[in-house]
Amino acid sequence: MENTRRNFLKIAGISALGFGVGSLVSATTQVEHEVAPTQQPAEHNTEKLPEPKPVENVKSESSTQSAVKTAGRWGMAIYTSKLTEPIRKKIISACHVTHNVPHMENKRHEIKWIWEEPYTHAFPENEHEYIDEKTHTQPFLTLCNHCNNPPCVRACPTKATFQRADGIVLMDFHRCIGCRFCMAACPYGSRSFNFRDPRPFISQLNMDFPTRMKGVVEKCNFCAERLEMGKMPACVEVSEGTIVFGDLHDPNSEIRHILKESYTIQRKQNLGTMPSVYYIV
Amino acid sequence: MNEKILIYGGLFVFCAVVTFPFWYNLGNASVAPEILLSAAAKEAQTCVADKSYMKNQHMQILNIWREDVVRQGTRSFQGMNGKMYTMSLSSGKDSCMGCHTNRSQFCDRCHTYASVNPYCWDCHITPKEIN
Repeated sequence: MENTRRNFLKIAGISALGFGVGSLVSATTQVEHEVAPTQQPAEHNTEKLPEPKPVENVKSESSTQSAVKTAGRWGMAIYTSKLTEPIRKKIISACHVTHNVPHMENKRHEIKWIWEEPYTHAFPENEHEYIDEKTHTQPFLTLCNHCNNPPCVRACPTKATFQRADGIVLMDFHRCIGCRFCMAACPYGSRSFNFRDPRPFISQLNMDFPTRMKGVVEKCNFCAERLEMGKMPACVEVSEGTIVFGDLHDPNSEIRHILKESYTIQRKQNLGTMPSVYYIV
Repeated sequence: MNEKILIYGGLFVFCAVVTFPFWYNLGNASVAPEILLSAAAKEAQTCVADKSYMKNQHMQILNIWREDVVRQGTRSFQGMNGKMYTMSLSSGKDSCMGCHTNRSQFCDRCHTYASVNPYCWDCHITPKEIN
C-alpha cells in the first residue's frame, strides 16, 4: 500500500482516538480507586501508600520523663578529672549493653562506641615532653564527637551517615555498604567495622535495640533513640554527674553554663571538624 | 522442501527449550503456605492497615517507617484503624514483632515460599531468639 496523505490522516485519527480512550479508562479507574479503596481487589491496591501520620503530642503525653527532646545542637561536656575508674567502666558497660555492642577479644575486630584513650592519643597535638603527671596518665573517655562539620558525612557515598538537624551524626545501618570511607575520614577513630557477625559476641542482648551485621560500620549515636523518648543518653544517666549533656544552641542550658565557666578542650580542634564533645581537664 | 523441515524442526526445538522450565515443573507447584497468627495478633484483630494491604505492601510500609525513624526521628504512626503505633520492627510491645511473635510461622513461611530473603533479622532481634 502506498502512503498517501489520506492514509496517514486516517491512521493519525485512529491513534488519537485510541490514546484518548486509554487515558479516559485510566482516569475512571483512578476515581473508582479513590472512592472505594478497600473494595478494590488486593492487586489493584498497589499505588497508594498510607501516609504515616506522626503525632508528636502522643509521645510526650505518655512519657513520664520531662527532659528535653529536641535541641538546636546536642553537645556533651565531660569532667575528666572526676571520672574514676568504676564510673568509666560503668559508663562503657551501660553504653555497650544498651546498644548491643559486641565484645571482641581480637583487638583488630574491636567495636567501640565509647572507650578509654590516653591523653597522648586523644589529644596528640597538646602533648609535650614535660606534661603534668596526672594529665599524662589519666585515661580519657572518647566517643564520636558528633562534629558540626563531619568529615564522615562527606565521605559516605551512600548517605548512610548523615547529620540531623539537631547536630547528631547518625547512621542508617540499612544503607551502609561497608566501604569504610567514613573510617578513613574520621580523625578520631570513632568508627568500627564489623569484620565478623557481631551477634555471638554480645553477652547480654538488649531486645529493644537491633544488633548490626557483618560488613557494616558502626559508632556512637548519642543515644538518638533515647532522646526521642525524652531520656538522657545511657552514658550520661550512669555518669554520676561527670558527663553533662544538653543543647549547645540554648544559652541557658546547663552545658552552656559549664562551657562558660570552665576551661575546656576538644579533640583535634585544628582540623576544623567542630566537635560537639568538650573535655574539662 | 528441505528448508521447511529445517525451519519447523528448529522452531520446535527452540520452543521446547524456551518453555522447558514450564513443562518440566508442571504439576509440581507447592501448596501455598498456611500463615499462623500469634495469640497477640489474634487478640489485636487489626494490623496497622487492612489485611490485603499488609499482605502486598508490608515491605513498603517498613521502608517508609525506616526512613521516618532513622532520618526524621518520628516514631508514632497512626494505623488505618486510628490507633497509634510505634514505628518499629522489633522494639517494644506494639512493634511488628511485638505482636507477630512467631516469626517462623508468620514471616518465614511466606518468605520461603516466595523465595525471598529479607535481611531484616540479620540485625533486628526476633522475640524467639530469647527462648
